Amino acid sequence: MLLRHGIPAVLGLGILLAVTEGLPAYRNTQLANIATEVCAVAGLTILTGLSGQISLGNGAFMFVGAYTVGLLLKHHPITHNGELVLVLLAAVLVAAIVGALVGVAAARLRGPYLAGITLALAVGLPSLPLYSHLQGPLGGHSGFSVDAPPPPNGMDYFRWQAWICVIAAVITLFLLANLSSSRVGRAFRAVRDDEIAASLAGIAVARVQILAFVISAACAGLAGGLFAIVAGSVGPNSFSLTISLGLLAAAVFGGLGTLSGAVYGSIIVTLLPSWSQDIASHVSLSDQVANNLPQAVYGVGLIVGMLLFPLGIQGLVHRVAALARNTLRTKPAGN
Amino acid sequence: MTFLNLVIYGIANGTLYSAVALALVLIWRSTRIVNFAQGGMLMITTFIAWDLVVKHGANYWVGLVVALLAGFVLGAVTERVLVRPVENGPPLNPVIVTLGLLLLLQSVAGMIWGNGLSSFAPEFSLTDYHVGHQVILFSPDYFFIVVAVAVVLIALYLLFQRSPLGLRMRASAFNAEVARLLGVKVGWMLTLGWGLAAMVGALAGVLIAGTQPDYMNPNAFDPLLILGFTAAVVGGLDSPIGAVVGGLAVGVIQALLDNYVSNDLDLFYSFVLLLVVLMIRPNGLFSRTAVRKV
Amino acid sequence: MTKGSVRLFATGAVVALAVAACGGSSSGGGKPTSSAPGVTANSILIGSTQPLTGVAAPGYSEIAPASAAYFKWVNAHGGINGRKINFKYLDDAYDPTQTVTKTKQLVEQDKVFAIFEGLGTPTHEQVVNFLNQQGVPDLFVASGCLCWNDPGAHPQTFGWLPDYTREGKILGDYVKKTFPGKKIGIFAQGDDFGDNGIKGFEQEIPASGIADIEKYSPTNIKIDPLVQKLQKSGAEVVVSFTVPAFTALLKLTSLKLGFSPQLVVSSVGSDPVTLAGLITNFAKEGGATVKGSDLIQNIVTDGYLPSPADQQNSWMKLFVKIYSKYLAKKYPAFDGNIEYGLASAYTFAEALAAAGPNPTRASLVAAVEDNKFAGPNLTPYAYSSDDHSGMTGVQIGVIKGLAIQLQGTPLVTDDGSGPITPYTTAEATAPASGVPSS
Repeated sequence: MLLRHGIPAVLGLGILLAVTEGLPAYRNTQLANIATEVCAVAGLTILTGLSGQISLGNGAFMFVGAYTVGLLLKHHPITHNGELVLVLLAAVLVAAIVGALVGVAAARLRGPYLAGITLALAVGLPSLPLYSHLQGPLGGHSGFSVDAPPPPNGMDYFRWQAWICVIAAVITLFLLANLSSSRVGRAFRAVRDDEIAASLAGIAVARVQILAFVISAACAGLAGGLFAIVAGSVGPNSFSLTISLGLLAAAVFGGLGTLSGAVYGSIIVTLLPSWSQDIASHVSLSDQVANNLPQAVYGVGLIVGMLLFPLGIQGLVHRVAALARNTLRTKPAGN
Repeated sequence: MTFLNLVIYGIANGTLYSAVALALVLIWRSTRIVNFAQGGMLMITTFIAWDLVVKHGANYWVGLVVALLAGFVLGAVTERVLVRPVENGPPLNPVIVTLGLLLLLQSVAGMIWGNGLSSFAPEFSLTDYHVGHQVILFSPDYFFIVVAVAVVLIALYLLFQRSPLGLRMRASAFNAEVARLLGVKVGWMLTLGWGLAAMVGALAGVLIAGTQPDYMNPNAFDPLLILGFTAAVVGGLDSPIGAVVGGLAVGVIQALLDNYVSNDLDLFYSFVLLLVVLMIRPNGLFSRTAVRKV
Repeated sequence: MTKGSVRLFATGAVVALAVAACGGSSSGGGKPTSSAPGVTANSILIGSTQPLTGVAAPGYSEIAPASAAYFKWVNAHGGINGRKINFKYLDDAYDPTQTVTKTKQLVEQDKVFAIFEGLGTPTHEQVVNFLNQQGVPDLFVASGCLCWNDPGAHPQTFGWLPDYTREGKILGDYVKKTFPGKKIGIFAQGDDFGDNGIKGFEQEIPASGIADIEKYSPTNIKIDPLVQKLQKSGAEVVVSFTVPAFTALLKLTSLKLGFSPQLVVSSVGSDPVTLAGLITNFAKEGGATVKGSDLIQNIVTDGYLPSPADQQNSWMKLFVKIYSKYLAKKYPAFDGNIEYGLASAYTFAEALAAAGPNPTRASLVAAVEDNKFAGPNLTPYAYSSDDHSGMTGVQIGVIKGLAIQLQGTPLVTDDGSGPITPYTTAEATAPASGVPSS
């Protein structure tokens, strides 16, 4: 059953890893950033798209994952890259536990109330290192550095980081794709579509909802761990509300509830700021306008995107694909 | 005495959160949307008032009225142009659209007015009242703020509960289909709801700007969204009274915990408060029915 | 569903190809024609991340444009060793996540020779490891954190302005001598800025001699109860380690409460032009009977560059000339941030000139460690192979009008328990051309 998506996953991974060879350093870094984002967004799209629970706070789980990795590496420096797997698994585990706690509370809440408490979580949890009694162990405002082992066999540093993140993202997608088509995935959808019907059909609604939170928190924890390794440091300000809202924007923009949508959305949300910055730098404007232009482009992009493609990029892809199929099918008949 | 003073200080600040929460509640009532652009909208209208009053020497009250009108227009246009097309689509699309609008408004403000620090003083004195030798953390300016928010609350009550227009607005929000069948112009009611909400937000913006010397900056109002949303959710999103009580609760809890626990954790207290309130009442303090939707 | 997964993982591959396709457009001085990345026969590219927008933009967003103006001046006067300096600074909005991506962009895509004047402690802290790992010189970080001085772990990184502890010691020394017997309160930012400032201050005045310490959180503007506690402690002198917005907030809140201690403010938060701008509108409502700018008069602070009020100073003459030529139109006031950007850029030009006709990253770092600077700094730099902190002291000053009037002589000290000594060597004079000679 796990083999269901195995072959495409292995192929995709192979292609991606091969591609990193030819990429310049900065492109590999961008690829690493995209892959990191994919992990978190894929988890969120399962939570919000499949089980129907909104979360504005998955950045908080990234914070948990990043600090787990950071603290582990600080207190137990490692030299072998193989041990990174254990460190990242620890990040997943700790984030999942926090996710379970939040999930228990979340299972009682709906719609905007859930949005409210997860928003408060996104802002509140990453502020814990600022607490004077926690500043020592958690590094306060500045955070602390995260030293991952150097790349194996003299491999290029940026390429190695891209590898770590891409492998993690493909494994995440692989597991989530299987989950989504399994009985658990069907239970998620049933709960999303009609809680009462689902519970009549014998589904333990609350338990399913908590499970969805755990899964999405685990994915976000992994993303946070990757983030810490790629950035080489962690700090409370790295997990601002912007991060959490960016995850949601990516999930919705890509096409909520679909894993390919999560990939599309992650690409857009990761690259849009640098694209808009490029655009801004190519027009000559006063500093005041030029400084603010990238954010304006980002904002307009989100609005226009949603107005034009209400089902996200995934919806657009579907439409184009359907159109293409129809054209191909009608052609012979026309002849 | 310190305790009492902190409660007073919390209520004074909480009133401001109440005003922002009111704006969010009005929009939620009319269109079932959480307006993430609220902080950006009130920032823009406050900048407009500031531009008139501080930069061009206009009368403070003229500035305030212009801000309110600008708020109404901004809210109504936002509903018509940006919200209407996504309203009946997937439920999260309006969230993303209002987020996009927030980013856009902030950058536009930066383009027009710069990213510097400026100040917008209030019309009333900030000097705290004294009782004997004891300073009370409350000033004529805060007195004005409390009165202004109370007036808004009463006006909204009269509008919604006592006027035919308010009845039509409530009907549109409660059940658009039925209202439409009864001849209510539902579309206009929703636009009106957004306009009114943004107007309340605009009032909040000008009031808040007067409390600190560094508020005129495109990002200064960011925390208000979180505090206002917390207040609205605590109160139970559907209830204007709830929004006010929620705002006061947030203000007082922050003031007390800042003082007795740590002011480093200010941002964490909203989460604690929400957790406690929502675990006891999952739909906020003032919800009447348990709506399980969205 | 398998079809779905084929599509899913195919998208992944598409991503990689898309990213790779964009790769062709990589710009910047990537041509490895000469001694080091970013260096060509006639130009040199350096980069920086700055808060041009966002919460820290007020004031700080002027620094990099001022530095850029100085480099324009240098380029118009023949450059350094015949090379023009191109300064590319990107907006990180004071968001550490963006600092990381933008710094990586500068290093990996634009291939800058060095990072210069990266601004902020929480932001720049996130890239120090990366820059050192990559061997990129990380010169003159714009923050007084002691953390930049760690040559063992971070051989490429150098501070520039006096660190918070040195400054705190010198302020403490002044308070001890000038206000003996007065009750002292401290108002400080609850992070490394405030903590290290207090640490230095307490070297001179032990904790037992301080009536009250109140720390604020930079994200929490509700400081009235804190200031009220200071008032209740009976403090007659309040020493404040604050950023400008919180200095203004402290002043205004004190007015509201009817509390009027002598203020002693760290140079971080004492720029008179900025403070007057913030307080002026509020003066009347805050209960003052005087103009806003009058409220900041006689605040004690310190400086590490010549005062803008000192019009005879050769550096001020040069800076004002550059300011009028390139900056005056956009920035109507010559304030402390403009001076900072100009002076810091001059120091970079000095280091580059000293790095030789064919500068390498190693020769740039060696030039800084060699410490042969003769710039506008009032006190000498600590730079050596085992010390990467910047200026070693400050000069006490008092706000008069819209400028800081420096008093006495500059004082130097270390960030430990060493003594505070006057520094009497005369400041260097600015070169006539405004460009350091190599």
